[in-house]
Amino acid sequence: MNGSAKPYGVVAEFDTPAATMHAAEKIRDQGFTRWDVFTPYPVHGMDKAMGLRNSKVGWFTFIGGVTGYITGMVMQWYMNAYDYSIVVGGKPMFSPIYSFPPSYELTILFGAFGSLFGMLFLNRLPRLYHPLLKSRRFASVTHDKFFVVIECGDPKYSDTETRKLLESSGSKHIEVAEE
Amino acid sequence: MSDLAIPASIKVHAPPPELERPPLVLNQRGLGWLSDHIAGVAEGKTPMWWWIAFVPSALMLAIGVICVTYLISTGVGVWGLHHPIMWAWDITNFVFWIGIGHAGTLISAILFLLRQRWRTSINRAAEAMTIFAVMCAGLFPLIHVGRAWFDWWMLPFPNSNGPIWPQFRSPLQWDVFAVSTYFTVSALFWYMGLIPDLAVMRDRSKNKIRKFLYGLFALGWVGSNRHWSNYEKAYLLLAGLSTPLVLSVHSIVSFDFAVSQLPGWHSTIFPPYFVAGAIFSGFGMVLTLLLPLRKFCHLEEVITVRHVDLMCKVTLATGSIVGYAYSMEFFIAYYGGNPYELAAFIQRATGPYWWAYWTMVTCNVILPQLFWFKKVRSNMLVVFILSITVNIGMWFERFVIIATTLAREFMPSNWGYFIPTWVDIFTFVGPFGLFLTCFLLFIRFLPVLAISEVKGVTPQADPHHPLGGAKIGGHH
Repeated sequence: MNGSAKPYGVVAEFDTPAATMHAAEKIRDQGFTRWDVFTPYPVHGMDKAMGLRNSKVGWFTFIGGVTGYITGMVMQWYMNAYDYSIVVGGKPMFSPIYSFPPSYELTILFGAFGSLFGMLFLNRLPRLYHPLLKSRRFASVTHDKFFVVIECGDPKYSDTETRKLLESSGSKHIEVAEE
Repeated sequence: MSDLAIPASIKVHAPPPELERPPLVLNQRGLGWLSDHIAGVAEGKTPMWWWIAFVPSALMLAIGVICVTYLISTGVGVWGLHHPIMWAWDITNFVFWIGIGHAGTLISAILFLLRQRWRTSINRAAEAMTIFAVMCAGLFPLIHVGRAWFDWWMLPFPNSNGPIWPQFRSPLQWDVFAVSTYFTVSALFWYMGLIPDLAVMRDRSKNKIRKFLYGLFALGWVGSNRHWSNYEKAYLLLAGLSTPLVLSVHSIVSFDFAVSQLPGWHSTIFPPYFVAGAIFSGFGMVLTLLLPLRKFCHLEEVITVRHVDLMCKVTLATGSIVGYAYSMEFFIAYYGGNPYELAAFIQRATGPYWWAYWTMVTCNVILPQLFWFKKVRSNMLVVFILSITVNIGMWFERFVIIATTLAREFMPSNWGYFIPTWVDIFTFVGPFGLFLTCFLLFIRFLPVLAISEVKGVTPQADPHHPLGGAKIGGHH
């Protein structure tokens, strides 16, 4: 590294999911807050090892679904019973029975939009730049390697101690990524 | 990590050999091998077999475009539709294609909720199949209306005619919502599953344009566990939403018939019977596509004989449900005491369309029973042939339901017979071109298997397995 760029964090590379998970448990127990684990696939149990709480995506799905159902019902009442009402086959102008299938579909449609965009919002994606993507080694995170990154902005971060911590958890390769 | 083997010094507590299941990825391939091998299908020089498949597909697509142009510019009269058969091949094709899509959603959503880990090897291609099949399906109602430039009247969109709104008391309008929601949600689900794999493609790209495009659509995915946590929850929720969706879509398609009052259509068995038939036909198509795919792309170690075996079993189960539904329809027509209903069914089996009816029974009820035999399920050529007969049978099922009922209405003076014109035949062929062209482009440009999901079901991905680095005997 050249000294001119601001450091982003220490990047520790691991070979196996088990080693990564042990490192994550250690870091969690030390009380770090601005750190993350990077894996090629979702590792079962890593959320617990990192001390993450249950994801909030469900709220976006729920709000989407409720919005969809209400939109469907109100739309059909407005269009077929209020704004331009025509008798068709002697059927009532509005009935929750015939309006159910479109409302049901809209519940699912809006719920699905809520899930995808809720996930992207919570993850702050799309993000077209990431300091870690500059590292050649880090590119293997989508291949077969596992990484633990502790950001320099973490209140518990120290140039020497943090590195030692990661070394003691069994990382074979540690580097500093720049902003 | 290349090929892995458990060192002899480590003892693994394994089930007895007769209870052991074959692994989902053969030969204990490592994580890196999976990236290289699966992403490799969409990299490098285009293989010859791809061109041999692509050129005829593109030609069929061109024929379809010509036919649809001719149809729209001239009128639906160029089809063989006439009184009393005003729905024929067009709506048959619509129901056929939308049904095919259902297997993709079953694999991606229902098998996910049921924790069927084998789905990871086939879900990506099956979801792609769903999207392309729904595109083909959606085409038919849009051109069947005759004046295709007024298609937008089906949408709840303000217009200058009053505005006159869509009429929601008709199941045909419910279909507009069901099919468009199905397409949108399938595409969202598929894209979300693709995000981590697009990041794989991005990180492997040597070429700047590829790196930029894959990187753009990967949205900056870096495999962060904080991201995976939200991602997995969203994936679960989308699976939970897609499950009632897929069941509702073909139910609503069946309402197009069941809500009418025609004998042979006005039946409460239709929704479950249509859904089972849809999954049956979809698995037929999944097998038709995946068997050549695994051979030509050398994916036999990831789409294993066990995967094919399991797909055959689903086909057998749904085919048997379909057979049960056929017999139950007949029984209720007799037992229900409605003479019109009984007449409709006798006409179906012995009337002018007897040949279509018995083709359907042979392909959908009799031939799939061969899947009871393991020898049949493990012979790829036989499975491929049977998957095609499933497709044929399910096309005929929809044709039989639609044509036989319309051909023999209440009054003999209203009876008729449908004969397709050349435009009918080529608008049937065209969508196969669209479907296959899209599927081949998908194989060439996107990862055909869900790379990150397949990685997740290998033993070396499990932190509690010795291959994943766990120490045997130590606590975790």
